[in-house]
Amino acid sequence: MRSSAFLLCAVVVAAVVFGLFRLRGDEYYFFAGYVVLQYIVLATAWNILGGYTGYVNFGSAAFFAIGAYSTVALHKFQPAKWTLSVFGWDVPLGFLDPLFPLPIPVLIVFGGVIAGLVGLGTGYLTLRLRGAFFAIATLALAVVVQTLVTNWDYVGGSRGAYILRPASVPLVGNYIEYLFLIMLFLAVVAVATARAIECSRLGYGFATIRDDELAAEASGVPTLRLKLIATTLSGAFMGMAGAPLPYYVTYLDPASGFSLAYAVNSIAMPLVGGTTTWIGPLVGAILLGTIQQIATVTISSAVNLLIVGLILIAFVIIAPNGLVGLVQGWFRKKDA
Amino acid sequence: MAEALLEVADLTKRFGGFAALENINLTVSPGDRVGLIGPNGSGKSTLVNCICGTLHNETGTVRFDGAPVDGLKTHERTRLGMARSFQLPRPFTSMTVKDNLRIPLIYTVDARAKSRLSPAELDERCAELLRLVGLEGKAHKWPRDLTQVEMRKLELARAMAAEPKLLMADEAMAGLSHSEVADIVSLLIRLNERGVTIILIEHIMSAVMSFSQRLIVLVSGRKIADGVPQEVIQDPDVVRAYLGQ
Repeated sequence: MRSSAFLLCAVVVAAVVFGLFRLRGDEYYFFAGYVVLQYIVLATAWNILGGYTGYVNFGSAAFFAIGAYSTVALHKFQPAKWTLSVFGWDVPLGFLDPLFPLPIPVLIVFGGVIAGLVGLGTGYLTLRLRGAFFAIATLALAVVVQTLVTNWDYVGGSRGAYILRPASVPLVGNYIEYLFLIMLFLAVVAVATARAIECSRLGYGFATIRDDELAAEASGVPTLRLKLIATTLSGAFMGMAGAPLPYYVTYLDPASGFSLAYAVNSIAMPLVGGTTTWIGPLVGAILLGTIQQIATVTISSAVNLLIVGLILIAFVIIAPNGLVGLVQGWFRKKDA
Repeated sequence: MAEALLEVADLTKRFGGFAALENINLTVSPGDRVGLIGPNGSGKSTLVNCICGTLHNETGTVRFDGAPVDGLKTHERTRLGMARSFQLPRPFTSMTVKDNLRIPLIYTVDARAKSRLSPAELDERCAELLRLVGLEGKAHKWPRDLTQVEMRKLELARAMAAEPKLLMADEAMAGLSHSEVADIVSLLIRLNERGVTIILIEHIMSAVMSFSQRLIVLVSGRKIADGVPQEVIQDPDVVRAYLGQ
């Protein structure tokens, strides 16, 4: 299926999902659905680097939080208090006041660009490392970014920051429905992008890096350039997934922005679904995300990571290539 | 005399205090069939890695097709026309045989021509390469389903897909039976007849002798002989190195 046709199908599915949620008419479903969608974006983003090129990123929470904190920073930004010095001329920025607070789609773009640039920089510094060394370097990045944010007073530091969201938005109505709709759109874009990459020459290049980097270089694949593209795209989507978070939680502190749950889920979901295709992270995120949401209201949110851990152990034993790998294996056996 | 295709001058490669290669000088002319031999640990693969850019040499220069390639990355050297096969086959395991061949076509041939082969052209080139190495009918197989000799052929076909001027075949016959070795030798000769210069790194002397027009011997990182195969194998230094006399 061509990418444009796939995108159209994805939009139709998304519209049906939104319609069904609206029919249900319970705000809780939008709350819970937002989290699952957020994990679809996060897992798909992780998979662009971790699944397609085989470089495991333990620092997902950092990229996610960069998106979230860029929103906090821009939300608190008051242009009237700032002047811009250009060639000795002081230009007051008050004329930008009507634009603020920026709408969420713009904040998402900002979050994506900033996280993407951090991804590019991180990639440039760390991609000469491989395997566990690269993974540890990304973990170190998460610690560094968290320390910086915790000590940055402007975004609330360790105290955290409050974001007051409007009660409603024009056209959509309820703000939570609006956030859900935005995350739904982002999920469609992320999945469509991942699929387009997978079916493209870029995707072939990523797969060679995962399979054998030395052989890839010897075949003419510019591995460093491709890995930088992967870290940038992956970081950008993680940042975009995090950008609306302050409006969802209304209070953001480093402990919640850099929560272990983001790092663990962004890895576990593609592993459970299958890392070599776009559908793996989607399936894994829907499965694990939904189970966690059900556990939150039936048992306690405290058991969420325990559930993820147990499922991950089960999958490593039963289906190391994830659900998609399991199904592909059945078909392959059937064909043989 | 034709200009050398490959010139290695005063090349030295050290790993810490250990000199894997010391002051290696050699030239290879277009169309040559060169055998590179030496005991284990003599530096053959290290030399190939330095020429290809997988390893960086501390001193010395490598010139390819008249231009220095020092400082270029491996994929850039591949695009200039150097290709290699590996001592242990390294196929792209998540891809079919045909897709393995598509990679150099996409990333080397297309990049070199600054244009894109159409899907039909890619299919045609892959089929031609598979015919060349005798893997017709294996296009949709996975590398794990191939035999050892088929894996070696895939390795050579993937190197050839980059349309190289120089092919370095690193122990392309290791672990093969006598008839399979003969099969690979005749394949390499066919590739050479298509204008590809070949450096064969090999331990199987019968294969080296039947393939090579020129023989280079490395021992402990030093070149100890370079010349006509029949003369080189009678060189006392070479005999001493191989037989320990």
